Amino acid sequence: MIINHPLLGPRDAAEFVYKGDAALIHRPDGMAPDALESFIEYGYLRDNPAGEHRELWFHEQGDRSWLVVSRNTLTHEITSVELARDVARREGRSK
Amino acid sequence: MHDLIALTPLGAHKPRSDHHGGVSLIEITDVALASVAARLGREADAAALVAKITGIEAPAAARASDCAFWMGPDQWMIEASFETQEDLAQQLAAQVNGAASVTEQTDAWCRFDLKGDRLADVFERLCNADLKRFTGGEAVRTAIEHLGCFLICRSPGHVSVIGPRSSAGSLHHALLTAMKSAL
Repeated sequence: MIINHPLLGPRDAAEFVYKGDAALIHRPDGMAPDALESFIEYGYLRDNPAGEHRELWFHEQGDRSWLVVSRNTLTHEITSVELARDVARREGRSK
Repeated sequence: MHDLIALTPLGAHKPRSDHHGGVSLIEITDVALASVAARLGREADAAALVAKITGIEAPAAARASDCAFWMGPDQWMIEASFETQEDLAQQLAAQVNGAASVTEQTDAWCRFDLKGDRLADVFERLCNADLKRFTGGEAVRTAIEHLGCFLICRSPGHVSVIGPRSSAGSLHHALLTAMKSAL
């Protein structure tokens, strides 16, 4: 599998580490009244779709950037790759 | 005053050099390193600082200039003479004005320079980087012998490998073995 890194171009998937569902960007507020429930959900509960999946990949043996990769779990086709920091900023997670 | 004996990353008193099949493998120990990583929101200031220090625009993604190379988004490594700028990190830290984090890196890394023709034949046995397409000025981080290393292409016949100092022996062995295998 080849991941088309937004800065470096196509790189072998062996250089990357899978870090989980891209929803992990949305860490719950630890001070909220429902923090316990939301952290149980955040830590343990995942969707396991057969098809399109947005996921985090870390370029460990490369420039060490975090990416949000949209991948089809049935075909391994990758439809988009973005820097996770751009996604996080767009979604209001990082100021 | 301490009276310590300086050792190279390979544990010797003098840098090692090997030659095989027209390629030289030379241990480089006279370069000081410091990283400059931009603080959030100060990316442009950090790039300007790198430009000011090196006298040339901060390298773009996966590129190197004469005395700096790109490590990751908004992060660069500065190279300088160990003889005259051993305190490189301190010199840089005095100039950053809150725009970046500066980290001393000199003793974290070992560096081996390969010089000669057919370097692509050597590196295709070692890593994913496509050296055949390198023309000079590329800076790629990739895995060699399971070690995260920077490959800096100074020119098509001169490549620097900068790897973790604590694994210098393994890295040197891998490079020399690949040279003997390919050339």
